[in-house]
Amino acid sequence: MDKQNAIKNLLEQAADTRWEIGQEFHDKLSESIYQNAAQIADRTVIKEGQKGNFNIDRAIDRVVTSPIWGFPIMFCVLAIVLWLTIIGSNYPSQFLAFLLLDNAYEWLRAFAIDIGTPSWLSGFFIDGVFLSLAWVISVMLPPMAIFFPLFTILEDLGYLPRIAFNLDALFRKSGAHGKQALTMSMGFGCNAAGVIATRIIDSPRERLIAIITNNFSLCNGRWPTQILLGTIFVGQMVPESYRSLVSTASVIGVALLGIGLTFLTSWALSRTFLKGEVSSFTLELPPYRKPRILQTIYTSLIDRTLIVLWRACLFAAPAGAVIWLVCNINIGGESIANHLIYILDNFGLLIGLNGVILLAYVLAIPANEIVIPTILMLTVMTSSITGYGAGDGVMFELDSLGNTHDVLVAGGWTLLTAINVMLFSLIHNPCSTTIYTIYKETNSIRWTTLASIGPVILGFIVCFIVAQVYYLV
Amino acid sequence: MMQNNTPSACDSCAHNPNTSLKKLGVDVENTDFVIALAGNPNTGKSTVFNNLTGLKQHTGNWPGKTVGRAEGGFMYNENSYKIIDLPGTYSLMSTSEDEEIARNFILFGKPDVTIIVVDAGRLERNLNLVLQILEITDKAVLCLNLIDEAKRHNITVDERTLSKDLGIPVVATSAIRNVGIQELLKTVDEVAKGKIKCTPHRIKNVPKEIDKKVSKIQASIESVYPGLPNARWIAFRLLDGDEDIIKAIEDGEFINDK
Repeated sequence: MDKQNAIKNLLEQAADTRWEIGQEFHDKLSESIYQNAAQIADRTVIKEGQKGNFNIDRAIDRVVTSPIWGFPIMFCVLAIVLWLTIIGSNYPSQFLAFLLLDNAYEWLRAFAIDIGTPSWLSGFFIDGVFLSLAWVISVMLPPMAIFFPLFTILEDLGYLPRIAFNLDALFRKSGAHGKQALTMSMGFGCNAAGVIATRIIDSPRERLIAIITNNFSLCNGRWPTQILLGTIFVGQMVPESYRSLVSTASVIGVALLGIGLTFLTSWALSRTFLKGEVSSFTLELPPYRKPRILQTIYTSLIDRTLIVLWRACLFAAPAGAVIWLVCNINIGGESIANHLIYILDNFGLLIGLNGVILLAYVLAIPANEIVIPTILMLTVMTSSITGYGAGDGVMFELDSLGNTHDVLVAGGWTLLTAINVMLFSLIHNPCSTTIYTIYKETNSIRWTTLASIGPVILGFIVCFIVAQVYYLV
Repeated sequence: MMQNNTPSACDSCAHNPNTSLKKLGVDVENTDFVIALAGNPNTGKSTVFNNLTGLKQHTGNWPGKTVGRAEGGFMYNENSYKIIDLPGTYSLMSTSEDEEIARNFILFGKPDVTIIVVDAGRLERNLNLVLQILEITDKAVLCLNLIDEAKRHNITVDERTLSKDLGIPVVATSAIRNVGIQELLKTVDEVAKGKIKCTPHRIKNVPKEIDKKVSKIQASIESVYPGLPNARWIAFRLLDGDEDIIKAIEDGEFINDK
């Protein structure tokens, strides 16, 4: 055909010409474009007073990205954000628990008895679905409502790229891509979002490293767990006046451990399964922008807090129902939950956790957010804690963090259990959404399996070692 | 009285934000026009996108926020528009995934208008991409964003000269504060309907010997695909050995140009 021939000729002609001009074409063309751009900018951009303000940005950058101050400042910023969250979420948490667990719950139960609802029905909906929802809301909402706006303000301010800049050298030494610092930061919001964000990394090898290690960024669903346990267990170890400081430090410790593990696993992967060159890239430090505080609070409440809370509720409602069922369906005189807990208990105790916690982590695979509520429900329903009741006589008075502490202690918790749950919360499988995202992004069952099972095994090992050391001391 | 029945001049004025723009969110079936949103990373494309569509594409002060592309829609003056938020890139000449997404959409998606969002405070660096886009499409509007930030840094841009040099309309905006968005819409609308004719800047200063060879190939391309608006740019890409473009030529993807 004529057309086909013409196309063939055209491509041949192009190939010949390309050979004639040689390698320098790309550079020459880029040069021309830059010249054009410079000419136009010259004619149109008017600078007055010689960029006095640019120097402020640069002066700030010199401090926050300095080799000496960069890391301490990052550390302090993280500490302040967490400290404000811990201090600030205590009272609203109490209030919500008072409202939902004390009043609404009892009212619902009384109402159910009044209208003569069969106990299995009210148990399923009120003790199961409602209770887990109430717990999710009172435990999760206050820390999220404080943490997310603060984090978003940092993001709007332009601090995240500076973190990336500071961490770049470490990532490169670990054989990973510097942009992984950004995807890691995204992971502090949500791991599934962090995994999707790895698309900004071009090299497939470095992208896989970023995907597999993203789980070590504490996500939305896990911050509240850390903050709660840090407050009611670790904080309790010291006199009142130091509590918030020590709680904050323990949470930061876990977050930093996560960052450390990110480097370590990146390094290990790039030395074993994923060997290769480190690619270079340019990272632009954007100007600092004054965050619009009110709008930030509004959008981060609507976009992040409520969406995450909604997701948590979505998973918590059926999980609450399942929990109630496994606690109330009996096989051979014992509930399914008890059977499962017995099976898991020995292994659990060996690694400083317990059967309830392991079962909770299995039930909470859809969402990390519901781990603590699940643990509380299982603890209350399977151990006969007086005052809080079990089975038919459920009665809750969990209107303060102290009571949450009491329930857990009654369920056999010690400081070791709390520390190991904090560690295991950092080092376990990603939630099902993230696992699915990893599969979609890698298209590989092998890598998805590694990214899912690997952390669990690592978590078991870490908890086991901590438990053995704790028993020795 | 009589006046009560006549709409005031404000009601029908294109500048009145209450009458002309209707945000459609993700409802983008069968729109009249397709708009692409391109630009360097972190220039506020997603903010412009959110402003126009009422969607809440996550924005943030760091480059590379938008991964892949987001779509949304809006109504303006009785016409429906689909708008695509492309990932931010510095150039269209290398082969990173982001650049391919942006490049392919402008080239093969043939948007009715491409809005190029630039940072007024960093115009020179941003122009690099602008000049490349203007080689591909001749229906574009420059959205000179972040003007208030530039102003704070004592930088002003002569919009008229810029518009003349680039051969496309220039609209100054501060998308984050909704400044200039109405003007931008009006301009996009006029370019889409052909009321404003663009005569985009073409890259000058290409060394003579190279330019001659480019012209020859451009002529061959035009003889195979008559009426192609971006034959010169395709010639550039062929001489750079761009595999995607070579394949597109073989497959005849350039044939049905509007």
